[in-house]
Amino acid sequence: MDEPLVRWDWIARNWDNGGPTSVKVLLENHIVMAFVPVVAGLLIAIPLGLACARYRWLYQPTVGVMNVVYSLPSLAVFSILLSVTGLTQTTVIIPLTLFSLAVLIPAVVDGMRSVPDHVRQSAVAMGFRPYRRLVHVELPIAVPVVLAGLRVAAVSSISLVSVGALIGQGGLGYLFIDGWQRQFYTPIVVGIVLVVALALVADLVIIVAQRLLTPWARRRA
Amino acid sequence: MITFDGVTKRYADGTVAVDDLSLEVPTGAITVFVGPSGCGKTTSLRMINRMIDPSQGRVLLDGKDVTAVDPATLRRGIGYVIQQAGLFPHRRIVDNVATVPLLLGWDRKKARDRAMELLERVGLDPKMARRYPFQLSGGQQQRVGVARALAADPPVLLMDEPFSAVDPIVRASLQEELLRLQSELHKTIVFVTHDIDEAVKLGDTVAVLRVGGKLAQVAAPADLLSDPADDFVREFLGRDRGIRRLGFVPAKELALDPAPEGVTAEGHGTFNPARDSLRAALDAALLSPDGLAVAVDDDGRVLGVVGQAALVGAARG
Repeated sequence: MDEPLVRWDWIARNWDNGGPTSVKVLLENHIVMAFVPVVAGLLIAIPLGLACARYRWLYQPTVGVMNVVYSLPSLAVFSILLSVTGLTQTTVIIPLTLFSLAVLIPAVVDGMRSVPDHVRQSAVAMGFRPYRRLVHVELPIAVPVVLAGLRVAAVSSISLVSVGALIGQGGLGYLFIDGWQRQFYTPIVVGIVLVVALALVADLVIIVAQRLLTPWARRRA
Repeated sequence: MITFDGVTKRYADGTVAVDDLSLEVPTGAITVFVGPSGCGKTTSLRMINRMIDPSQGRVLLDGKDVTAVDPATLRRGIGYVIQQAGLFPHRRIVDNVATVPLLLGWDRKKARDRAMELLERVGLDPKMARRYPFQLSGGQQQRVGVARALAADPPVLLMDEPFSAVDPIVRASLQEELLRLQSELHKTIVFVTHDIDEAVKLGDTVAVLRVGGKLAQVAAPADLLSDPADDFVREFLGRDRGIRRLGFVPAKELALDPAPEGVTAEGHGTFNPARDSLRAALDAALLSPDGLAVAVDDDGRVLGVVGQAALVGAARG
């Protein structure tokens, strides 16, 4: 008899079975491990990106290093970190933070470069001092470009978390390994659907935030 | 009064942008810096509000060396308008205009009231106040730029090619608007342009600069047109200098002949001696088939006529 692609009774039984591998717990872990690196990445990328925008010679080396980091196989990074942070969520969160930096630092730099020169000049000419100019003029104008980078970082972070399943910390990624090992498709389908849904929701949240934060950019962005 | 006292700007690569400029910009009048690109006009302008500091010499504002004043404080007291208006895209029009008052620490309500007053003053519909800059045309943005520069009522206004990026019709109306505002406000205005027609139209005084940052001539527009100091200025002024100079000679001195039988404003070029220039009178004569320019008063009543020969005689001075 053909195995159905999705066995609904499995989902009903495993959504919240009280164990560490119930789908609900995996989903929660997945969200934490995807969300923390993006927020941490943004907090680190803003000062680094500002420094790169301010001191142009910093930009190429920084992007170079970030691209190398981005090209590292996540599995290799996990195995190095394992000796330090062990089989914890931190071992997943650290490399994902680095990956998100590779997207977010250039986004902050591009955002700062998107501030038209005549706008910056007129801010100076009206008597803005550098700090106030940054906070009240340059950063707000950079927001649309930074948020565009944040969308990429968030979606890729959500998809990359799954790899952590190889060290037992992959959130929904556990479902892929579990399903593959048992040749049982339902967990795999559930995992894919939830990861994609999570990515779509995150993207949507950022789009809505952008609409609210930058009503002035609607026709330009 | 703004004084340039032997001001030179030399860059690290050896380029001299402004070369030993000495010039007085009188209070309450429009002084235009005009010249080809590379003549140092914008650099000179920017040395007034310390966007650039001179390599040598001093720029004095009311007798005080500007380099002795904190740049931000200095700039808040000097209005500044640039070519693309430089409006903040993320702020509504009213908040753009209120920028300097807020920097000066006015409370928000007072700053906004002042902004609304200025929008009206530069001829913008109050409905525009809630819009963002991208929702306005180039000409409207430029009006907002002028309103913003005037918001804190600075005695000095610096304008760097403010009307260069808009089409000729809008440019003409912005120029008229500036002259109208100036007749009410009497600011000390330094206006930079590469357009000599704009310079002679707006300037009470015109300073012509040549490439390499040297001052070629400073004069009132009519004097500039009649007596260019050298070949460079003559060439820069371009063709039709004689005709254009007539634009600065009032027509009220013209001796009018009584209008011949049957000659009316109909079918003739007309001018108003109380308001128009000799150029308008000559133009009127050239437009009439019989060569007579008809003088009319504000109500359109015929005051008399003047012929081409008399006009050319008057033009000769």
